[in-house]
Amino acid sequence: MTTTEERPAPSSGTPGKPGRRAELSRWWNARSRPQQWGLLVPVAAIIYLLPVLNPPIITTEPATSFPIALFNAAVFALIAIGLNVVIGQAGLLDLGYVGFFAIGAYTAALLSSPDSELGVRFPWLVIVPIAMVVTMISGVILGTPTLRLRGDYLAIVTLGFGEIVRLLADNIDPLRGNRGFQDIAKPGGTYSDGSPIFTQNDAQGFYWLAVTIVIIILLFMGNLERSRVGRAWIAVREDEDAAELTGVPTYRFKIWAFAIGAAVGGLSGTLFAAQVGFVNNQRFDVTTSILYLAAVVLGGQGNKIGVVVGAFLVSYIPDRFQFEPEYRFLVFGLALIILMIFRPQGILGMRQHLLTYGRQAYQKLFGAGTGVAPTSLTPASRPAGDPPEAVPDDRSGSRPQGGGE
Amino acid sequence: MFLDRFWANTINGLSYGSIYALVALGYTLVYGVLQLINFAHSEIFVIGVFGVYFTFLALGFQPGQTPNVPLAGIIANLVLAGAVGMILAGVAAVILERVAYRPLRKRNAPRLAFLITAIGASFVIQQIFRITRGSNPEGTIRLLPPEPLFRIFGAPVTNLQVIIIVAALALFVIADTFVNRTRLGRGVRAVAQDPATATLMGVNRERVIMITFLLGGLLAGAAALFYLMTIPQGAVFNGGFLLGIKAFAAAVLGGIGNLRGALLGGLILGIAENYGQSLFGGDWRDVVAFVLLVGVLMFRPTGILGESLGKARV
Repeated sequence: MTTTEERPAPSSGTPGKPGRRAELSRWWNARSRPQQWGLLVPVAAIIYLLPVLNPPIITTEPATSFPIALFNAAVFALIAIGLNVVIGQAGLLDLGYVGFFAIGAYTAALLSSPDSELGVRFPWLVIVPIAMVVTMISGVILGTPTLRLRGDYLAIVTLGFGEIVRLLADNIDPLRGNRGFQDIAKPGGTYSDGSPIFTQNDAQGFYWLAVTIVIIILLFMGNLERSRVGRAWIAVREDEDAAELTGVPTYRFKIWAFAIGAAVGGLSGTLFAAQVGFVNNQRFDVTTSILYLAAVVLGGQGNKIGVVVGAFLVSYIPDRFQFEPEYRFLVFGLALIILMIFRPQGILGMRQHLLTYGRQAYQKLFGAGTGVAPTSLTPASRPAGDPPEAVPDDRSGSRPQGGGE
Repeated sequence: MFLDRFWANTINGLSYGSIYALVALGYTLVYGVLQLINFAHSEIFVIGVFGVYFTFLALGFQPGQTPNVPLAGIIANLVLAGAVGMILAGVAAVILERVAYRPLRKRNAPRLAFLITAIGASFVIQQIFRITRGSNPEGTIRLLPPEPLFRIFGAPVTNLQVIIIVAALALFVIADTFVNRTRLGRGVRAVAQDPATATLMGVNRERVIMITFLLGGLLAGAAALFYLMTIPQGAVFNGGFLLGIKAFAAAVLGGIGNLRGALLGGLILGIAENYGQSLFGGDWRDVVAFVLLVGVLMFRPTGILGESLGKARV
């Protein structure tokens, strides 16, 4: 584990802050897995209890229902985790991620709404795997031809993809454009007194479901990160050519990243559609996609906890501070600029772990308790910070570094 | 139907495409020098649009009616409004660079951070217009009523189309000459090719970056004038968004970082859109643009003229 202290980092914020943060993360990494779990359980409990506690300063009420605000934040977190696979792990700049979210939501709508021309009404639990498979396939379909592109070319093609999905929703008649689909399936289940857990008005049940899914996906992603696939992604992100030359089938792993990211996007789409109960073409514009990207970069791309924090902020701040609606985006825009200037690596920047057996290997080598890796692969120490100066002499149109740093 | 309107669509496409091309030049210049997608360029364009619009108002023209002014007067007014739009957009681009990008450059920020500040800046500019002018489009002011001047293969060519295509080509030639023939342009190319070496050879990198943004802003301001002359909707706070995406698509289509590619990409995009509109109907216009973009990039992954600003030699 590298600390911010060790960086030459002109990019860190105030000098005092990273030190404390580094100490905290060192302390954290010195704990054993069970100890970490033990510490996380109360945190998770608090997260689950948030809508019930409705704490006075944090709450978004009366303007926005607090459970709904929390649910939206949880869905946003799920989206950010999925997008983080593509951008943070594999370094592929995807500006059309909202397309996958839309495909998930529309799949749910088509398979369960009475407005759908398919005439089927599947329960939610059946829809989820179907939607994930459909989005996964669409991720492969988008990825197969486009992933030979790099950097900004990939960015614009994915942006085009997101727009195409939205425009199809606008223009294809069975997708009902602005009229949309009503009465989309939601998960069943009742409390002991017979009242349903999942209702449109009260998002509390949905929030618990979303948090559970987020935790499951986080565990899954953590395992994926430590696997061969995760190592391949990092290799692709750091230097695609070097990865290819050392025998990583980069193309295949990039498609994997796209497919897995897409599946998570589809899952969040179905979750969202189930809670709102209504899907139309209004929510899937590129601006939304860019907000997703903002969540990932703000939180610290590559760090899955970081992106959850980033997503929470992007979703929660507008709900909490009910500025005059006109001023909302103005403040949001200013906040983005200021945050990026003072913490360009994101709130919780990605730090490099020694992979797989890293912790054990490290403790064997340097003794337990320090948790600090000797080598530094952090973004700041790589020379790629300032693009024009750092680029090697190969400057033939596409940048060799890829777009997702 | 398609064949009947083929030439009309081509000409119309060329005039739309010229507007895309002018905006695309701004994207491609900045990308060439900084390897940065200047996402806020579309908002620079919107500043130009409002600049032109307010100049029209200040000159005493009102939305709705086509005024009865002698031709020389109209041309003088158009040139004046265009100049104001260009200067405003140019200055705004330079300020944007100072506020949003330079601090990040000083801190060696990762590339995506630039993208996010650009997005932030574009939100801010958009919202300023929304708060001050509301979200309804301003009325359109048409100084020059479109009149067919002559016909090409039976398709009428209006005075507006001629002005736009000729002026856009002229501006392109000026920009191209500036980058390829002048001393400052050589600096731009040098920084695009290798910033470190260029700095060692005595090129002032910060000044080159400023000039690049200024030039892009000036061209966007000119595009703004043509936009208001020809596009049906008037100035509106989010009017730059779709146009910006398309202009960026045009820049990528031609090969980003390549000035001639931006022109070519813009024109191709404009024409393809108009063909698509007449083939599939108006709703599919934007779909055609993006499908074309994806299609071309699949076969030419670096755009049609895939070479960078730094490699362009004279």
